[in-house]
Amino acid sequence: MKTMLLKALTGKPLTEAAPAQSGLDELGMTLGLQARRRLGRSLAIRQVDAGSCNACELEIQATGNPVYDLDRFGLHFVASPRHADVLLVTGPVTRNMEVALRRTYDAMANPKWVVAAGDCAIDGGCFAGSYAVLDGCAAVLPVDVTIPGCPPKPAEILRALVALMQRADKTS
Amino acid sequence: MAEISELVAADRDTFRTGTLQRHKMTRAQWEQAAGDAARGYVTLLSLWATRSAVHMALMEPNSRGVGILSLENRRAEFPSVARLHPPAQRLERSITDLFGLAPQGAEDTRPWLDHGAWGITTPLAKARPREARQPDYDFLPVIGEGLHQVPVGPVHAGIIEPGHFRFSAQGETVVRLEERLGYTHKGIDRLMQGATVARGAMLAQRCSGDSTVAYGWAYAQATEAAQGVTPPPRALWLRAIMAELERLANHLNDIGAICNDAAFALMPALCSPLREKVMRGCDAAFGHRFMRDAIVPGGVARDLERDGRQALEAVVDEVRRGFEPIVELYDNRPSLLARTVGTGRLRGDLARQFAAGGYIGRASGRDFDLRRDLPYAPYDRLTFKIPVREEGDVDARIWIRIEEVRQSLHMLDQLLGGLPAGDIQAPPGPGNAPGEGLGLVEGFRGDVLVWVALDARGRIRRCHMRDPSWFQWPLLEAVIEDNIIADFPLCNKSFNCSYSGVDL
Ligand code: SF4
Repeated sequence: MKTMLLKALTGKPLTEAAPAQSGLDELGMTLGLQARRRLGRSLAIRQVDAGSCNACELEIQATGNPVYDLDRFGLHFVASPRHADVLLVTGPVTRNMEVALRRTYDAMANPKWVVAAGDCAIDGGCFAGSYAVLDGCAAVLPVDVTIPGCPPKPAEILRALVALMQRADKTS
Repeated sequence: MAEISELVAADRDTFRTGTLQRHKMTRAQWEQAAGDAARGYVTLLSLWATRSAVHMALMEPNSRGVGILSLENRRAEFPSVARLHPPAQRLERSITDLFGLAPQGAEDTRPWLDHGAWGITTPLAKARPREARQPDYDFLPVIGEGLHQVPVGPVHAGIIEPGHFRFSAQGETVVRLEERLGYTHKGIDRLMQGATVARGAMLAQRCSGDSTVAYGWAYAQATEAAQGVTPPPRALWLRAIMAELERLANHLNDIGAICNDAAFALMPALCSPLREKVMRGCDAAFGHRFMRDAIVPGGVARDLERDGRQALEAVVDEVRRGFEPIVELYDNRPSLLARTVGTGRLRGDLARQFAAGGYIGRASGRDFDLRRDLPYAPYDRLTFKIPVREEGDVDARIWIRIEEVRQSLHMLDQLLGGLPAGDIQAPPGPGNAPGEGLGLVEGFRGDVLVWVALDARGRIRRCHMRDPSWFQWPLLEAVIEDNIIADFPLCNKSFNCSYSGVDL
């Protein structure tokens, strides 16, 4: 373990910083500035899986790994909706999850935003029309930002959160 | 009456190569089969319904024959399998919810997938409208002094799938856990009905996202068997490359995540970048991080080009170099091992009774892996070992994964090195004809089963998909007993069952 820690101290960081390649650094700047103005220094996100296939969750989880490191932008996931500014929804919104999704939203304090991540959350995706789903998040909640993809890539999820910040700024 | 096990054993050679004839059962034979499953003479692989019949897939453990038994039912009921063989219980409750068929003699007749919110009942039979409301669910009573209940979910603290856990605890110790799932039910079975084979493949690959390849392959096997199509060797090798990459990505993620739930954050910090490398390799080689829609019935959608192959070789190399120091780290942390060793022990007899697949079964001494025991090409051409442990605790489930990462890397060497040249798509089959087929593929979590029946137009009449987690979730309830609530996340993560895969 000692060698491992030493390597971590002396080696290059894993986190990608090259703005030209991934645009992550640039995104971080915009997000940081605006989030600071609006919400102090951070944006708290509560994620709810409303019937996803779980691939969307895996990519959202990945935004927190050392390669994408979402925390450096002041973004972080919270357990309680009471602490959250953003509700990040995945899945086509199954009827069996409708109540839980509404309750989570209702428990959040204003101002609050809703992000629909993945094709399912946008319009039901390939499950649209089923007796068991509501064909997307907009049937239940006011959606501010959508992130297309099946599933969207981690970098795209980060990028969308910036768009949300810009919109939140304009409407203030 | 022939013994059930003999019937099933005789199907040894027809399995996967063409339509598997179903054996028509009398009620007495059906009950005999349920009893034989309970006695361990045969292994229950799945249980499902069509409009007018119930079916079970069985395996005879010695000959490795796989057969399907069917019971026609005219009166909307059938003799309960779960009455004799409890692992069938949730499957049976789902049959009642979807088809309105009642298992006679079943102990637990509470709804499972149907939470009362659909606005209809029995969506796969003659659906009837019903007012949508969610009545309370009758959790099993727990009686005793000083007990309290802790309800958790369906929305959990982390970024994970939804489900409800009802803990009954005495102080810190869990006396009973009852799971309630079904929250992610999307109605996939009904979407499948009448769908084209191609649309079915899309849906199958979105059943449980982490097992995209395993589902895609099992579904392809089933439809290929039904249509009498044989994919070319190169396509099969490419499928195996994808399947091992998927296993690698998931195991790396899990090893880190389990340790994270033991509050050792360095492990995920080291594992997740390796997993990210694998995902990017998949994207570079097959055009999608999860390799979605890369497997199509008859073959694969796109070939592996030279740069894709080089990208994958580089990934295998980097993971191999990065992984061993991580293993050493895990093995030499007494504070971490104190949390994982002895925690969440699954007894071997329970693992065998439930035919628990994957790392869960293999960590509890159930020595079974489809890649070796019901092999499909190209696994019959590869050399690999199937790790087995007896301890059955969280630590054992981590070690099985560690060993499987090594084995997958070893297999990827062989697969990338020996990839045969040729077509990646089978020539079109003889045309549309009704047919049925069964597919069985070893996913990272265990054996995925897909059964499909096609009609004369080549459309799907019925498609049944059985996730490995059907037989793993109930065991988590057993495993957590007498552990403290604080160890539940650790036990749960070490199981990493799929919600979406069983909710459908
Ligand atoms: S959008 Fe795609 S990845 Fe996301 S939940 Fe839906 S099917 Fe799964």
